[in-house]
Amino acid sequence: MINKFVATPDQALADVRDGATVMIGGFGTAGLPNELVEALLRQGARELTVVNNNAGNGDTGLAALLAAGRVRKIICSFPRQADSHHFDRLYRAGQIELELVPQGNLAERIRAAGAGIGAFFTPTGHGTELAKGKETRVINGRHYVLEYPLAADFALIKAERGDRWGNLSYRMTARNFGPIMAAAATTAIASVHEVVELGEMDPEAVVTPGIYIQRVVQIPRASTLAGGVKS
Amino acid sequence: MSAYQAWTHAQMAHRVAQDIANGSVVNLGIGLPTLVANQIPADREVILHSENGVLGVGPAPGAGAEDYDLINAGKQPVTLRSGGCFFHHADSFAMMRGGHLDICVLGAFQVSVRGDLANWHTGAADAIPAVGGAMDLALGAKRTFVMMELLSKKGESKIVAECSYPLTAPACVSRIYTDLAVFEVVPEGLRVLQRCPGLEAADLQRLVGQPLLQS
Repeated sequence: MINKFVATPDQALADVRDGATVMIGGFGTAGLPNELVEALLRQGARELTVVNNNAGNGDTGLAALLAAGRVRKIICSFPRQADSHHFDRLYRAGQIELELVPQGNLAERIRAAGAGIGAFFTPTGHGTELAKGKETRVINGRHYVLEYPLAADFALIKAERGDRWGNLSYRMTARNFGPIMAAAATTAIASVHEVVELGEMDPEAVVTPGIYIQRVVQIPRASTLAGGVKS
Repeated sequence: MSAYQAWTHAQMAHRVAQDIANGSVVNLGIGLPTLVANQIPADREVILHSENGVLGVGPAPGAGAEDYDLINAGKQPVTLRSGGCFFHHADSFAMMRGGHLDICVLGAFQVSVRGDLANWHTGAADAIPAVGGAMDLALGAKRTFVMMELLSKKGESKIVAECSYPLTAPACVSRIYTDLAVFEVVPEGLRVLQRCPGLEAADLQRLVGQPLLQS
């Protein structure tokens, strides 16, 4: 029998090694797998490369991981935020490496890794300092920049519901990077609020097929009045 | 200099909305451009795209009805209109890069007379750069509109011969909506489409400091 459920976030994160590349889903608070990131913090792996759209907010989650000095490098599109003080301090002190990637190139590099693409030409970034030193080509009169895929050892993502095969569906904008990060990682770990039996999810509505998922952890929902997740 | 009356932010947003045709799919950037949503004429059906994976963004929810699984690119709670849908980030940016969006409206630090856009980084040594989806949007949408104050806080024109800030994308802007005038980027240069009340052509020319084509 295939059963990808793991009892706790700590069990799911037990084998992350020092130096691992870890993708963390989420855009704003939507789709951020807080409980998995907290487990990574407890787990203790160091010298991590983290891929996320941002570089941590406030003092919890990814920001706490940064504050604890566990992240060597961050690959993201938008590190600077009103409450990104831990990243700001480390960056200004030269204690963290930043690879800044336009958001669409970040998404497509992640997608390409999961899809087995060797590299791709994208128009985004051409003629800017983020394309400096990169190979370029003119195709049908348009300028393109060569970008390489971005794979990871682990992906930590948050979905809404899942079954024991790892089939997932998401809730509204919490989907964001989840499906592509799942495919780009050797070990994709999803938190879900709702566990369902095989066959209970409408097969037409499965967003991430279980083939991309290695481990699933159930996390109780912290509800708001509207049924969403509190920020 | 003649006494002139600059347009308010709401008037600027209203002006932008006049140029958004019925049936358009539009992405509104963070900041001033978000005001455009409130000014779209009631008789036009316009679909708003948000880069975090929404088509059919609706107005902000009422107090107490916020759902933080349903947010826009500025991370503010929004609602979903009937017919709206969700998709992942790679699809969302494929919609931009693939030329499926009709219009994006972005803020700017500077725009050159050729339509080069600088809106992501001041380039200052201690500044932390952050680009987000700006580069993808600027060159992906069929038309890129800029909405900004014409003058910086120091009183310098943000329309320039060459951007001194790092570029977001070269030659991508088609129209510039400011508090003092509306401009169109054409092959011959920058054409003035409209000036705010009381502003003479010569005064605008002096403020911008670049050759302008008066229409």
